[in-house]
Amino acid sequence: MRLLCHNMLQCHIKGVVNGYPLKIEAEKVETRETDYEPDFLRHIFPRIQWDALREAAAAMGVDDLPESVSEEMLEDESFLKQFHHALLEVHLEQGALVCPETGRKFVVSDGIPNLLLREDEC
Amino acid sequence: MRLKELESLMQDIAPFEEPKVELEQYPTGPHIAARMLYTVGNSFDEFDGQTVIDLGCGTAMLSIGAAMLGAQHVLGVDLDDDALRIAQQNVDEYEEALPIDFLRCDVRQVALQGRLKADTVVMNPPFGTRRKGADMEFLRAAFQLSRNSVYSLHKSSTREFIQRLAERELRATSAEVLAQLRYDLPASYKFHKQKSKDIEVDLWRFEVPPQTDS
Repeated sequence: MRLLCHNMLQCHIKGVVNGYPLKIEAEKVETRETDYEPDFLRHIFPRIQWDALREAAAAMGVDDLPESVSEEMLEDESFLKQFHHALLEVHLEQGALVCPETGRKFVVSDGIPNLLLREDEC
Repeated sequence: MRLKELESLMQDIAPFEEPKVELEQYPTGPHIAARMLYTVGNSFDEFDGQTVIDLGCGTAMLSIGAAMLGAQHVLGVDLDDDALRIAQQNVDEYEEALPIDFLRCDVRQVALQGRLKADTVVMNPPFGTRRKGADMEFLRAAFQLSRNSVYSLHKSSTREFIQRLAERELRATSAEVLAQLRYDLPASYKFHKQKSKDIEVDLWRFEVPPQTDS
């Protein structure tokens, strides 16, 4: 699971109000090189919740993302490369996504998060 | 990529090991998958540079096709662990890392995933013959997950019903049948008496209503 995917997920248990962002418990992280596409990064940037990405990247051992960002930075190649790496090249292979409100753990196994809810959760 | 190349690419993708009746895990035929992908990628140019969700991805045929046609990120969503395992293996067959992630989730539970969205949703949903209304659940979920458009296959016999659902309930900006295809349903299950059965399906394109960003 890439952090682009993580950035879109929340705890969807019925009644949970602050289920975003899910905290990452990383057991195994892999890095895989991916083509650098600045146009795509500019396309996706407005939809990214930056604090969630930054926190998730740090939990995966990538701690060089700036604290705050602006549209102008999308012209800065060194920033775009950091953004690209955190968003698309770092994969959570084993671990868990944890709901910030309830502590419910969603297991990530072989890179695939399991967000199936039990009957009493939905 | 040409239609023929796309079709032969689809032929190489491993199908379900043991299709599950209750989930209507019919494999999408290579011909139908290729036609669908070709339409999205070439006629409408809605893969290149875009994000995609493949809802009910099964063994990831459409996900892999979307990535091959230039999608920058594809999320394959399925309920079934066994299907996702094969899907991941199918993706791992490729030397370069394809931009595909998978998520195990129930289509009936995505309503509260408000941030989960892609530019385009593609799907080959169950026809709703085993669990009535399953096709409608997929369509409702797809509208929620898409920013722009939804491509889907539905039995031609449900055409009027789908049109009404899309326009009245889901407020589609447009709902159009692009092609009618013959779905060669192989006798995957014991209760299928005939060797295989052709059914007619519609390839739909829906434009979702404009939405405000969350």
